[in-house]
Amino acid sequence: MNSQPDGSPPDDGRQNVYWTKSLQIVMLILAIWFVISLGCGVLFRDSLDASFPSMGGAPFGFWMAQQGAIIGFLALLFLYMILMNSLDRKSGFDQEGEE
Amino acid sequence: MSQDLWNYIFIGGSFALYIGIAIRSRAATTKEYYVASGGVSPFANGMATAADWMSAATFISMAGIIAASGYDASRFLMGWTGGFVLLTTLIVPYLRKFNKFTVTDFLGDRFYSNVARAVGVVCAVFICMTYIMGQMRGVGLVFSRLFDIEIWTGVLIGASIVFFYAGLGGMKGITYTQVAQYCVMVFAYTIPAVFISMAMTGNVIPQFGLIGNFTEVSGETVPLLSKLNQLNADLGFPKYTVGKLETLDMFCITAALMCGTAGLPHVIVRFFTVKSVKAVRKSACWTLLFIAVIYLTAPAIGAFARTNLLLEVQGKTYAAAPDWFKSWENRGLIAWADKNGDGVMQHTAGGVFAGKNDKPVYADAGERIADEPRRTTNELSENPNEIYYDRDILVMANPEMANLPMWVIALVMAGCVAAALSTAAGLLLVLSTSISHDLMKKIVSPGMSDSHELIWARSASFGFLVVAAYFGINPPAEFVAKTVAFAFGLAASSFFPTILMGVFSKRLNREGAIAGMIAGIGLTLGYIVYFQFIADHQNYWFGISPEGIGFIGMLVNFSVATLVSSVTPPPPASVVKMVEEIRLPRDAGSANH
Repeated sequence: MNSQPDGSPPDDGRQNVYWTKSLQIVMLILAIWFVISLGCGVLFRDSLDASFPSMGGAPFGFWMAQQGAIIGFLALLFLYMILMNSLDRKSGFDQEGEE
Repeated sequence: MSQDLWNYIFIGGSFALYIGIAIRSRAATTKEYYVASGGVSPFANGMATAADWMSAATFISMAGIIAASGYDASRFLMGWTGGFVLLTTLIVPYLRKFNKFTVTDFLGDRFYSNVARAVGVVCAVFICMTYIMGQMRGVGLVFSRLFDIEIWTGVLIGASIVFFYAGLGGMKGITYTQVAQYCVMVFAYTIPAVFISMAMTGNVIPQFGLIGNFTEVSGETVPLLSKLNQLNADLGFPKYTVGKLETLDMFCITAALMCGTAGLPHVIVRFFTVKSVKAVRKSACWTLLFIAVIYLTAPAIGAFARTNLLLEVQGKTYAAAPDWFKSWENRGLIAWADKNGDGVMQHTAGGVFAGKNDKPVYADAGERIADEPRRTTNELSENPNEIYYDRDILVMANPEMANLPMWVIALVMAGCVAAALSTAAGLLLVLSTSISHDLMKKIVSPGMSDSHELIWARSASFGFLVVAAYFGINPPAEFVAKTVAFAFGLAASSFFPTILMGVFSKRLNREGAIAGMIAGIGLTLGYIVYFQFIADHQNYWFGISPEGIGFIGMLVNFSVATLVSSVTPPPPASVVKMVEEIRLPRDAGSANH
């Protein structure tokens, strides 16, 4: 457990950097998550319904609550996967055997 | 070919498929039984998780709830999908890296305490039991409606099938049957929606139909949702796109459902079946994609069904009512009480019948007179609403409303059964694992052999299934409906915050975690019991309904845990080391004890 995959000695600094960066990614994802769901779909729904251009026949806040948020979640998970995989690669924590 | 024959072909065919898969994938070791050897592909796991997640209630009732409450139902849509963002970013990658069989394992090891483990077992059993009763009931209902058999026969058939592939095959058997069940469900859900969308709005894609224009006979075009708002307003309902829940309550309920979703053990353990942390991330994308296909279609079905119902029933005489009205009246799910005696149906807001138990009781005892509405003997309420309908019919009657061929109706029925069975199987696995692994192996007799543990797992799944089937046949009706809120509230106030802090805080110790869980669960349980059973929903705190209290319970858990941890000794160095280790994705390995 104490040696890295490439055989180098344990490096707490590298682990801390990895953890800080992955926390940043998680915070970014969750901030967007909050805005598109509880924000647009609940808290600001009334003003979005009133002042934003509607999506086809649907008021914008209502559309976000029933459709947009879900589409957004999907995009967020995809973004999370890309960002974390690239962080793993850059930090040397890439994993073998995915399938 | 008759409808019955189609039903037999579709249901029988799907059952043969599930049993065939079960025989091929019989589990021989605990590792196969608990996590399918950790070798499931992200794609297959995504499909299986989607099927596991979408229960009979989601499949049958959700579109009906949306139709009935419009915007307010968004709490379920956002709650039950948004939870996967929390699950994927905060919970599953780390628990997969932790590399054990159950969620309770994590609580026990991270908080170096069998008390934490025991609290975990109790929560997991309670959450899963609450759910599985509803699934068994769902199977029974579909069977009884389809084949005119008693509900108990249907429940027993469903229970035997589930035991056959979940009890024998364990996670291995469940995974591949769930893949097949997802395929059945997705076609059953979307095909009728496409046809209705074409008929009503001219759009092939239901999601475009929802925001598209309503095609009127007169040739006038008006957006579907404006039309629906207008219809709702005319009849005294709140506007479809506005709803009537208070913003704070809506916020708390949505947040509680999201956090609850991220804390449900039967969903979390599905991600233990893939190979690595990287595979977990990929699998989460697939999972949400498969779930989104159905969740994005539900609002469209809801809006279409609502429009259909209001347009085709309102102001019609019984002779002019559509055929599906009569066929669901036969099955006791629609009733018309002509209160003002004008011979015309009026649908407005409010219950048709007086009293709380708003189900029609028919005077004809099943032998109805042709071309006459079935008379009800219920005491009528004051308000002018004359139409009773069970919201579940909105999905099941969809193919009939759209005049679709008989095989589509059979497919929808097979989809309902698949939804109930797949969820029941996933829950059963967590229940049996809680007993065989968390209780017997980890607490009672640590020296138990693998094959012994497997016997415990199979016996426990049989035992739980018997209990679930019993409650499916004799549902404590009031109780089940009310405890569903509790299952999510409990998950949101116990598993979710405790796992989250266990991963993201190195300082959180045994005392803090246990105190936090007890405080969170205590508040949630107390609030729900008080307002559901004692105070009868009068004077909520800050207008937060029991459905949403899990969110507050979660905040209480966070605060109490942090406070208690700060005044008690920090966790031992070995635990801190373990936390550091699970934060790094490399070498997730395959699950072991």
